Amino acid sequence: MTSDNQASELENVEAVPGSPKQDPILKIDNIVRSFGGLRAVDVDHLEVQRGIITAFIGPNGAGKTTLFNLITGFDKPDSGKWTFHQLSNKESWTTNLSGLRPHQIANKGMVRTFQLTKSLAKMTVIDNMLLGAAEQKGESLRNALLPSRWQKQEKQILKRAEDLLERFKLSHMRDEYAATLSGGQRKLLEMARALMSEPKLILLDEPMAGVNPVLVESLLVHIENLRDEGVSVLFIEHDMDAIMGISDWIVVLAEGQVIAEGTPSDVSKNPAVIDAYLGSEIAEELKDV
Amino acid sequence: MMLMNLFAEIDVSKLFGLALRTSISVQAATFALAAVGLNLHYGYTGLLNFGVVAFMAAGAYGMAIFFTQGWLGGSILLAIASGVVFAVVIALSIGLPSLRLRADYLALTTIAIAEVLRISFRSQRLLDLTGGPFGLPSIEDRNANVSFADVITVDWNPIKEGNYGAWFLEFDEKTLWVMIIGWSLVSLASLLIWGLMRSPWGRVIKAIREDEDAARALGKNVFSYKLQSLIIGGVIASFAGIVRAFDMGFVETQQFRPQTTFFIWTVLILGGAASIWGPIIGSMTFWFVIIFSEELLRQMVDSGWIPDAILQSNDIASVRMILMGIMLATLMIWRPQGLVGKKEEAQIDIR
Ligand SMILES: Nc1ncnc2c1ncn2[C@@H]1O[C@H](COP(=O)(O)OP(=O)(O)OP(=O)(O)O)[C@@H](O)[C@H]1O
Ligand SMILES: [Mg+2]
Repeated sequence: MTSDNQASELENVEAVPGSPKQDPILKIDNIVRSFGGLRAVDVDHLEVQRGIITAFIGPNGAGKTTLFNLITGFDKPDSGKWTFHQLSNKESWTTNLSGLRPHQIANKGMVRTFQLTKSLAKMTVIDNMLLGAAEQKGESLRNALLPSRWQKQEKQILKRAEDLLERFKLSHMRDEYAATLSGGQRKLLEMARALMSEPKLILLDEPMAGVNPVLVESLLVHIENLRDEGVSVLFIEHDMDAIMGISDWIVVLAEGQVIAEGTPSDVSKNPAVIDAYLGSEIAEELKDV
Repeated sequence: MMLMNLFAEIDVSKLFGLALRTSISVQAATFALAAVGLNLHYGYTGLLNFGVVAFMAAGAYGMAIFFTQGWLGGSILLAIASGVVFAVVIALSIGLPSLRLRADYLALTTIAIAEVLRISFRSQRLLDLTGGPFGLPSIEDRNANVSFADVITVDWNPIKEGNYGAWFLEFDEKTLWVMIIGWSLVSLASLLIWGLMRSPWGRVIKAIREDEDAARALGKNVFSYKLQSLIIGGVIASFAGIVRAFDMGFVETQQFRPQTTFFIWTVLILGGAASIWGPIIGSMTFWFVIIFSEELLRQMVDSGWIPDAILQSNDIASVRMILMGIMLATLMIWRPQGLVGKKEEAQIDIR
């Protein structure tokens, strides 16, 4: 699956925990989060390569969601620092994300979805989508009562929302309340909504969980398309087929620590990974890869 | 036989007349106005404001104090403005410490601030400023029929002296004028909320009601929006307090007991939260039902149809509250979205 240039840069990256990437979009250092006596997250160093699909895997309770919460500002680490690296027109700049509030981090271009879906039930599907767009003029109180100031932008956003709904096969639900969607459809809606903000890096927490197998296929295609459009993707999953199928790089967490990283084939051959999953079906699946 | 008797005794015209009169009264307008403010807080933003009355009191007292103290020449418009500013200060002092915390902390803070405000206004220490338990204007002024309301109801009243309308719907020029002001403000505030809620701003507000974290994850500054909502709704409610003060001609802490907050919640839930017409329909229905049942009970007691042993005239006020409670409970089962609310957006679902 490593078809594009960005991914080919990975050939020179060592498959060891914390290995430096050629063009990282996110760098995490010494991040620790404890709940009482439990060190849910304890990562020394981790870099996420730009322009590829990176999967976070690990057994239940490994700390994957907690790490997402920390780097998106939804939870506060005991210590740690993480930075976001952006590129445009050959200019590059680094933003320190530690200590920023969730909305500030999202506005930098790093947007997440949740393991427990957060669809806005008493809003329509299309309103859910429109909400996702960033930098809306009409969202400021100053302009809200003057539609002439935001209607044009609203039309553009609407167009984009409808295109995305089409892509995610949700067009027929456009005007329904989100409460009426199935669990899988809500997952899709949440991902589509996050895309409305045109993120640089999207963090998906188990995007396939509960989505029916037919939709999973198309979801995987969406994720690959995203990468090909230049969005960096970081996703948490348990579905090994999906992970092995689309990931360019895999990071394995266990008991809060990064125990392995590498390409799908590196990781499936790594005995430490099989150990971490020992006793679960996934260990068997890994051996089969 | 009994029923025949009853119908003969009941003055149906008076029953409907009084109920109708109250449902379009200034009282109903002020409740509708306060409910419009609460609707932005609770109906649209999901903020549990159990101290609506604090904003009304801030408006009324801010205006009355400024005027009776004669600050800056005692202009009534500046006095009204200072009532509004006071309400903004209250919104900030409730919102800044508690809006970052869980929803229940806001609820607690609002209840507390409303009571603190009422008790401070009543206190002897502030006698010179607030008139303590006597309120404003002072007793001497009140005996001489001098009030801050005079500028509005007399000097600036465009309606010629006299009585207008007929039947139970006859009003003098003062009442009529304040009614017009009151219901105009209700329309204006409703229009404002309508405009806001159809904008992208309103979309963020609704998203916050549904799930704050989802809004945050999409880059919305939830704290700032909640504060804006608290301020705008609070200012609308402060006008309810101000209009009430003009109607009564005085302010007193009695008008701002927690019971009033409870009534305004009832009005909103009855009419339908998160709908533009909800507060208006809610308030008119609320007052119609209250006065209708009160008057009916009164006539039944007076005619001896309900024996004294069961109910006496003095108890009618409390019985009508029980009726109101039963009615609200029934409505919640039968129509949780309220009279004109959207079923899909109903927030209370006890089934
Ligand atoms: N708020 C919290 N309070 C206490 N413990 C927590 C909290 N959040 C997470 N934990 C614990 O931290 C550990 C990591 O949890 P986390 O949800 O990050 O795991 P995960 O890798 O996402 O697992 P899963 O694959 O099941 O979603 C678990 O042991 C969990 O019980
Ligand atoms: Mg998880």
